[in-house]
Amino acid sequence: MEGFRSVFGFHPGFRRNHAKGVAVTGYFVSNGNGRELSKAAVLAPGRTPVIGRFSLSGGHPGMADVPGAARSLALAFAFGEATQWRTAMLNLPVFPDSSPQGFYDRLLASKVDPATGKPDPTAMSAFLTAHPETAAAMAVIKQHPPTPGFADSTFRGLNTFFFVNEAGVRTPVRWAFVPMQPALPAGIGTNALFDPLVRQMRRSPLRWRLMLTVGSAGDPLLDATLPWPADRRTIDAGLLTLTNIETEGPGNARDVNFDPLVLPDGIEPSDDPLLSARSAVYAASYRARTGEPKSPSAVQVDEVAP
Amino acid sequence: MTAPVRYPVRTRILHWLTAVLVFSTLFIGFVMVTSLGSYASLRGVHMTLGVVVLAIVAVRAANRFTHRVPKLPDTVGWVEHKLVVGSELTLYALLLAQPLVGWAMVSASGRPAVVFGSLALPRIAPFDSDLYFVLRQTHTLLAYALVAVIAAHVSAVLLHTLTLRDGMLSRMTVGLRRRPPHWRQTVSAADPPPDSANFALARARCHAPCNT
Repeated sequence: MEGFRSVFGFHPGFRRNHAKGVAVTGYFVSNGNGRELSKAAVLAPGRTPVIGRFSLSGGHPGMADVPGAARSLALAFAFGEATQWRTAMLNLPVFPDSSPQGFYDRLLASKVDPATGKPDPTAMSAFLTAHPETAAAMAVIKQHPPTPGFADSTFRGLNTFFFVNEAGVRTPVRWAFVPMQPALPAGIGTNALFDPLVRQMRRSPLRWRLMLTVGSAGDPLLDATLPWPADRRTIDAGLLTLTNIETEGPGNARDVNFDPLVLPDGIEPSDDPLLSARSAVYAASYRARTGEPKSPSAVQVDEVAP
Repeated sequence: MTAPVRYPVRTRILHWLTAVLVFSTLFIGFVMVTSLGSYASLRGVHMTLGVVVLAIVAVRAANRFTHRVPKLPDTVGWVEHKLVVGSELTLYALLLAQPLVGWAMVSASGRPAVVFGSLALPRIAPFDSDLYFVLRQTHTLLAYALVAVIAAHVSAVLLHTLTLRDGMLSRMTVGLRRRPPHWRQTVSAADPPPDSANFALARARCHAPCNT
């Protein structure tokens, strides 16, 4: 929390990271294929309401939409229900850090030097020497350059979870939401990515397919910097449709803590140390911002020109 | 009809069960909010202990009406007697309110409180982030209030038992009966009178000479 404040400044009422975002709603239609792996209600054949939020990594709520910032899609299936499932995903193939300390150190190393307007290159190279796992993950990320927009980004859960089926069999799974449409080209200005997203969603709903990747023996379960081999079995579990987009406000996704450990019966966390740390830090951020005065979000859906 | 010397066994068991559970829940609560790696698992244990405390205190509150309370030692004056009653009521109120506030706070964040690994409790408050913040702050405030009231409770009993030596603690202890120490010096072991008489006798004899 202090790290984010020192790097990005203090922006009361906003998330400490992924501060800039927009709220969406829609639904998920499960085809039932996921039942093989998990007894979670959301994976039974049928339709589940979804609320969510698109955002960019970084603690400044008014930041410009730069292609290099990680894009996030956070979702809450069956929000408010006992069978609720929350996930916060990124458009990256792997996560840059394997430990909370690594994340923190990278955050501090990426602090922009006011004199040059850029991060201190010696701090970053010192960090990468100390954290070879991040250097390796960065190389993988480089091979997957970001797509033009939010609508055509693949969003991955990155951390490994265990899916538990009716028979009690536990299977390591990583999930991804794979886009079903191209994106409008990026615009210009500070909302170069959010504006086209708003325009596209006004025209038609956006869809992503939920793909479950099944881990095999020996696959890394505790380290999200390591990709799984490309030939792992995948299961198409259903279709996510996002129908509405709205400015962040009271009672919508703005007020939701997308804690990755809000899981339904049938999905269990792995011992990946990042999961508990994310849960702890998101809770601290949520507690702080819910008590702070709110100011308007940078993405004002109604102000986006047609 | 004379008051009993000690609380009934069921009350004593409930008391010490509450003591252990509340101590653990508070301790885990204070540790988990400063922890990263263990936060998630500790939160699960904390919430589970919280609902168990809520259930036990509800039983205790009901049980409290089923029996008479052992008489307080004569060292307790009327002002202190009021304090004893007030602090007991405060403890009951805090022990009932704290788990409920915790449960409501989790509910207000839009998620179910999950206890015993996978049992999702129903939500008892509407999804409202402003309400969440108020409840979250209250939960911390009540935790400190509990620590303060429990500290006062323990200190008062220890003061009586160790300094005034009036056997205050023995009203709630489990196991071998311990009599007020001065009673042992003044009453013949060959002819032990019944308990209620012991106290009267000990008190009568201790009135002046015991301190000299």
